[in-house]
Amino acid sequence: MKNTLKQVFHSGKFVAGFGILVFILLLMLIYPLFNPGNPLERIGVGTFAAPGTYVSVYDSISAEKEILRLSDADDKRLAQMMSMEDRVSMIAWFTAMDIDVTGLDMNDTDALLEMWRANYDDSARPAGMTKSKRNFYARLNNTINDASTAEALSVTEVDLATGEATDVGQIGKTDYVNINAVANVKTLPLGTDNFGRDVLKELVSACGTSLMIGVIAGIVATIIGLMLGLLAGYLGGVVDDIIMFVTNIFTVIPSFVLLILISYSLGQDQRGASTVAVVIGLTSWVWTTRSVRSQVISLRNRDHVNLSKLSGHSVMKIIMKDILPYIASYVVMAFILQVSSGILAEAQLSLLGLGPKTTEVPTLGLMMNWAMLYSAHLNGSWWAYFPVILTIALISFSLNLMNTGLDQVFNPTLRD
Amino acid sequence: MTNDALKERPLCLSGKGVTKVFGSGDKATVAVDHVDFEFREGELISIVGESGSGKTTLSKMLLGLISVTEGEVFFQGKPRDISNRKKRLEYWKGIQAIFQDPFSSFNVFSKIDAVLLDCIRMRGGGHLSKEKKIEMMTEACGFVNLKYEELTNKYPFELSGGQMQRLMIARIFLLKPKILLADEPTSMIDACSRATILDMLMNLRDEIGMTIIFITHDIGLAYYISDSVYIMEHGKFVEKGTPDEVILTPQAEYTKRLISDVPKIHEPWDLSTV
Amino acid sequence: MSKTILEVKDLTTKYITRFGEDVYAVDHVSLKIEEGKSLGIAGESGCGKSTLALSLMGYYFAPLHYTSGEIIIDGKNISGLDPDAVRKDILGTEVAYIPQAAMNALNPTRKIYKFIEDVVLAHQPKRNKKEIYEMAKSRFAELGLPVSALDKHAVELSGGMKQRVVIAISTILSPKVLIADEPSSALDVTSQKMVIKMLRDMMDRGFIKAMIFITHELPLLYNVTDDIMVMYAGQIVEQGSAKEMVFDPIHPYSRGLMQSILVPEEGTRDNKLAAIPGTPPNLKNPPKGCRFAARCKYAVPQCHFNAIPMIEAGDGRRFRCGHSIQNLREVYENDK
Repeated sequence: MKNTLKQVFHSGKFVAGFGILVFILLLMLIYPLFNPGNPLERIGVGTFAAPGTYVSVYDSISAEKEILRLSDADDKRLAQMMSMEDRVSMIAWFTAMDIDVTGLDMNDTDALLEMWRANYDDSARPAGMTKSKRNFYARLNNTINDASTAEALSVTEVDLATGEATDVGQIGKTDYVNINAVANVKTLPLGTDNFGRDVLKELVSACGTSLMIGVIAGIVATIIGLMLGLLAGYLGGVVDDIIMFVTNIFTVIPSFVLLILISYSLGQDQRGASTVAVVIGLTSWVWTTRSVRSQVISLRNRDHVNLSKLSGHSVMKIIMKDILPYIASYVVMAFILQVSSGILAEAQLSLLGLGPKTTEVPTLGLMMNWAMLYSAHLNGSWWAYFPVILTIALISFSLNLMNTGLDQVFNPTLRD
Repeated sequence: MTNDALKERPLCLSGKGVTKVFGSGDKATVAVDHVDFEFREGELISIVGESGSGKTTLSKMLLGLISVTEGEVFFQGKPRDISNRKKRLEYWKGIQAIFQDPFSSFNVFSKIDAVLLDCIRMRGGGHLSKEKKIEMMTEACGFVNLKYEELTNKYPFELSGGQMQRLMIARIFLLKPKILLADEPTSMIDACSRATILDMLMNLRDEIGMTIIFITHDIGLAYYISDSVYIMEHGKFVEKGTPDEVILTPQAEYTKRLISDVPKIHEPWDLSTV
Repeated sequence: MSKTILEVKDLTTKYITRFGEDVYAVDHVSLKIEEGKSLGIAGESGCGKSTLALSLMGYYFAPLHYTSGEIIIDGKNISGLDPDAVRKDILGTEVAYIPQAAMNALNPTRKIYKFIEDVVLAHQPKRNKKEIYEMAKSRFAELGLPVSALDKHAVELSGGMKQRVVIAISTILSPKVLIADEPSSALDVTSQKMVIKMLRDMMDRGFIKAMIFITHELPLLYNVTDDIMVMYAGQIVEQGSAKEMVFDPIHPYSRGLMQSILVPEEGTRDNKLAAIPGTPPNLKNPPKGCRFAARCKYAVPQCHFNAIPMIEAGDGRRFRCGHSIQNLREVYENDK
């Protein structure tokens, strides 16, 4: 046993897969310590806030200010203010005025502004341009000019009882606050999802739930598969015929279709994460049964089993002591694959909207489902789905890698 | 033992029309075809046959590991009844086996002690004190020239093939069955160890007076050790008798061919007959 | 004196285990076979006889490694050659090798004559396929194999026939030396006899010039080869003519082996089987002195410490024992 473990941990593939899995597990255990709370808490009111650090505007106004005179501050502000649409509109104006824009880079704010200041004329009447469009350009021009002139914003406090506004301070363009002096700063490494939930926190929690679903599905499938396989293989005869008949029926029905039908008929209210896991397990034991059976058939005629019979051992004892240990390594490998395919099956089901109840726990599949329902893939909110895909892939990859590693250790024909 | 002396001994294991058919309908294969035999107490019987002759199937039927399709096996003169587990257990106290491949005869996951303790338990010694059990195991190992102290807490696969086969004999020593069925016990081990194993089997026979059914493909070996020889071909006994009768004056065509095809050292080996 | 076909001088080869230990399975083996002669190698499993057979081809692959010594086939030194060169120029034309399970090497989807084409074209790429087929046909006829087998698949042939066909295929280019490692052990006695008859035929017709035959079945060896060599723990312990070796072995180990012979003929039942207790030494760490000393009932203290040289006893007879022939004969006589 000790030797086997040593061999297993000498296999590069197994160690690599195991390392990835342990990393994911550690992340799952440690991250909630730093970021406790309900993973499904809706912190954002809007949908799909982009990843980044959010600073409370209210708090930064009251924070102590320092004056910093930075030479490129105006340009940066302008660059940030000018959206891509603004820039496109500017180019459109140049074109309408027959100004040569060759060689002009839209992203080069300095060049664009220089050209704009040199050429914009609010009295110009480009052919075919409506009044409202001309007004838009005037506003754009004002914004650009405002950004570079030294004006300050005044902060007013509104008395809710009287509706009276009193000036309490001014914010100049050169005023800065230390981010540490701001009371409320929130970093969202993966932004928020459609419901305004912290994606990273949700992902970590979903990872745990999905792994649990995979493990439950794996245990259910392996136990059923192992039991039926052992009975069919060892007892043979009529028992074998009946079990194989059932197994064959399950083999020819596509298990995913069965999964969909069972999930659908359970109804939304009945589908907790563990229910879905059990359902997945119940539909994926077929291949374990078949291969365990064939291994048991070859084992039951071996002499050590005959010797056990001659020593008067009961069928149960023979199965437990003379058959099971010989196929244990195989069963462990099958279990790992079942976990991996359980996680994938949950993701598929959830994507179809047949996953666990949506209000209780996040799962990797549900996160994909939500992202898809709110068109994250269409509006460019990659953070809502891409990390989830990556996590699913990584878990499956690590489990399959472990399986291949184990296969090399236990299967002498693959050893080099 | 002379032939006449043997004939007066009581029957130990006998069979009438014992048949085994695998499969059914068109795919049925007859592995053992209506064989009759009479094995007497203390006799050493060799069943000689080439691979596919059905000798291993017959041995499994004799052991009660597979069912008999047709015919009946008699144990100590009475029809054998192994219909339930209790009766089978009783039968297996009377008949035990040594198999061909020592490497696959032991469960690689259980220690040697477990194998030997099983035997003590089977002989009704489960209640004995630990010291007594160790004493019995030491005695059994000593009988086959193994040291119990060196074997305890070891796994069978840590031994050589010859040692494992000796451990098998130690097992039989503890079980003291009426009949020992040895299925090619020496074919997988070296010539030098073969003599040791055979010696031990003979000593064991003298010690506990058991019947040995020796299954082999080696006609020279069968000739050397047996009191009577059965030659098996295609599931049938084509010839049976004392070793001298069968080997030196074979009657059946098959026996004649078998003996002429085996290389010998004093007589020339005629290659022109194939 | 006839021509020496195979000469091996002090050949040593080793296995490197997964843990990096060296196991010298063939330890300073020298031997010589003359044209038209056959040599049998006997010994228990693990004594190095199969490794010697592999080593003699000059074709090494991990974990077997060449260490030192020379293999000279018909004047040509093949030791230390590059594996590709060995495969191209040596295997099939100089040496052919037949392992026990050779018959399982036939790809079941191809017809037999295809394998012969492969062998011939690998060495003579310009040969015409029709010509090769004709050659195969005449070779099969000469060896008493049914010519119809050429157009069959391996699954249509019986085990014994397959083994004979494989031997015919691997010797189609008339190699000088044939190394047969237990070629008939997996077969029934009748097929075994046919394989042996074919090997003899090949020697008689000159398709092969010398043969090394390896088996643990001594009566078979006695009937097949001219000389018998006994190996123990990677070394040769005794060599002599088949008759001498079987009826008058010198080395205590060979004597033990010969006394274990059981054949179905008169007198066998009067034999006393000699049991040799113990197991062979571990070759990772072989004993300094005689390798058999630990199991030898004639061993004296020096046997355990002094390296034992090979002693030539004339007429190709040699043995490796600390005692002299006279001494050994005397103790054997007293034993009776």
